[in-house]
Amino acid sequence: MTAASQMIGPIVASFTQVIAVAGSGLILIGLLRKVRAHLEGRVGAPLIQPLRDVRKLFRKERLRPDQATWIFPLAPVVLVATVGAAVAITPLITTHPAMGSGSDFFALIYLLLAGSTLLALAGLDAGTAFGGMGSSRAVTIGALAEPALLVTILAMSAAAHSSNVPAIVHATLSDPASVATPQRLFALGALLVVIVAEGGRLPVDNPATHLELTMIHEAMVLEYAGPDLALVSVGEAMRLTLLLGLFVNLVAPWGIATTTGAAALAVGLVVLVAKVAVVGAALAVFEVFTAKVRLFRVPELLAGAFVLALLGVVSGVVVR
Amino acid sequence: MTGSAYAGALGLGAAVVLLCAVVTLWRRALGAIVRVLAVQGLALACVAMAIGVHEHDAGLIVVAVLVLAAKAIVVPTLILRVVRHDPASRETQPLVNVPASLVAAGALTFLAFAASRSVTSLVPTVVGRLIPFGLAAMLVGFFSLVTRRKAVSQIVGILLVDNGVALIAFLATAGVPLIVELGASLDVLLVVVVLQVLANQLRSRLGTTDLDQLVELHD
Repeated sequence: MTAASQMIGPIVASFTQVIAVAGSGLILIGLLRKVRAHLEGRVGAPLIQPLRDVRKLFRKERLRPDQATWIFPLAPVVLVATVGAAVAITPLITTHPAMGSGSDFFALIYLLLAGSTLLALAGLDAGTAFGGMGSSRAVTIGALAEPALLVTILAMSAAAHSSNVPAIVHATLSDPASVATPQRLFALGALLVVIVAEGGRLPVDNPATHLELTMIHEAMVLEYAGPDLALVSVGEAMRLTLLLGLFVNLVAPWGIATTTGAAALAVGLVVLVAKVAVVGAALAVFEVFTAKVRLFRVPELLAGAFVLALLGVVSGVVVR
Repeated sequence: MTGSAYAGALGLGAAVVLLCAVVTLWRRALGAIVRVLAVQGLALACVAMAIGVHEHDAGLIVVAVLVLAAKAIVVPTLILRVVRHDPASRETQPLVNVPASLVAAGALTFLAFAASRSVTSLVPTVVGRLIPFGLAAMLVGFFSLVTRRKAVSQIVGILLVDNGVALIAFLATAGVPLIVELGASLDVLLVVVVLQVLANQLRSRLGTTDLDQLVELHD
């Protein structure tokens, strides 16, 4: 391989990842809704319905609250930008994304949190009751999820001796048995709970509701309309896809491209889409059988994730 | 079974035993807690079975089958019957709230791993290093005994302690003699039956199985 292709390969790979996640994120949301509809005995909207909704929203007039400051229009753009940057450096299709050495687990998570934080600020910005309530709830859940997330990352990194995500994926590829160690299983369980909480899925938040008592994320973005709302939807869909993609590659990285050749990337893309679709469908099935927990019981769920991650760290120290 | 696969399987089994102990603090519904206890019994039986097969110890395999029958099937069924007959006590009423209990369980796990350092150095095998899991499950059981006041929660706490002790016994000594295990299992079974009778009596006299009601004299 020449020096030039070594330079260009990872960049092409990262672009492929961003395009794939941006394109398939909304279809993943459509898939989740479709699976749910089927299990509830409905036909459900077609898979591409969320894409159509977003296209419709992009064509609409740009409407913003009178009192809103510059934060309000900035938040959706920052959300999509940070999620896009996170997608670019995460090993989704290949273990050699551009700036792979900078693909630190902590950097990745805080990149995602930057977008969420700005969205919470934007919820407060319009000065409406719902926005403030949604932001308050979202930030509360985020603050509770964070210790669990940090300890989970610690458990993951301790196993691979690095908090670099491509390095963790590589370590799993070279030693498949390491997935079945208590340390990894505890950490992955905790990560799954945190993903559900951060992704705003049941049982923490119901993405389909607009009932004032229960909505969290929807309340926060209630003031958005038209192209702004479309950007928020795209950003959220991309974030869920990224989180699920990251999760499947930590659980079962097999099929991911270890080079940046065109053929390997194509295989990696197909495998990633298949894995994320399976995990997404499983998530939707799980959601059908769960009720949303009361807001005041969410701390219990996240404390459980925290202890699970803690068990992962402790057992990793001893069982080695 | 190869060495590393054997160690991995045992590690998983021991981890599931501890995980189940923590989950009993997490869940509120007593029925769900008892089912978790059954899973713990199953994991314990698997650990015993794995050691028995690996060491070619027929006695230990018999013990594993006994553990499976007693701790994964008979005892949970008995407790579930108490839970079903008492609709008023379907949920635990922990004295310490659930997030605090879970954090305490995390702290107890740390304590167990720190305290069993000297023990694990005595048993320098791969298996011996798993002893802290048993100790942690035991401590979580004690915590459950102290902070849960329903009669069924007390039974669950005792069983958690017993399962933790059994796990330590399997791991530290590669299995106890059949007669000892038989005695211990029957003992636990007896305790469960006695507590079941006690719970029924409590309910018929007081209309509740909350042990805090017993601090006052009643006619």
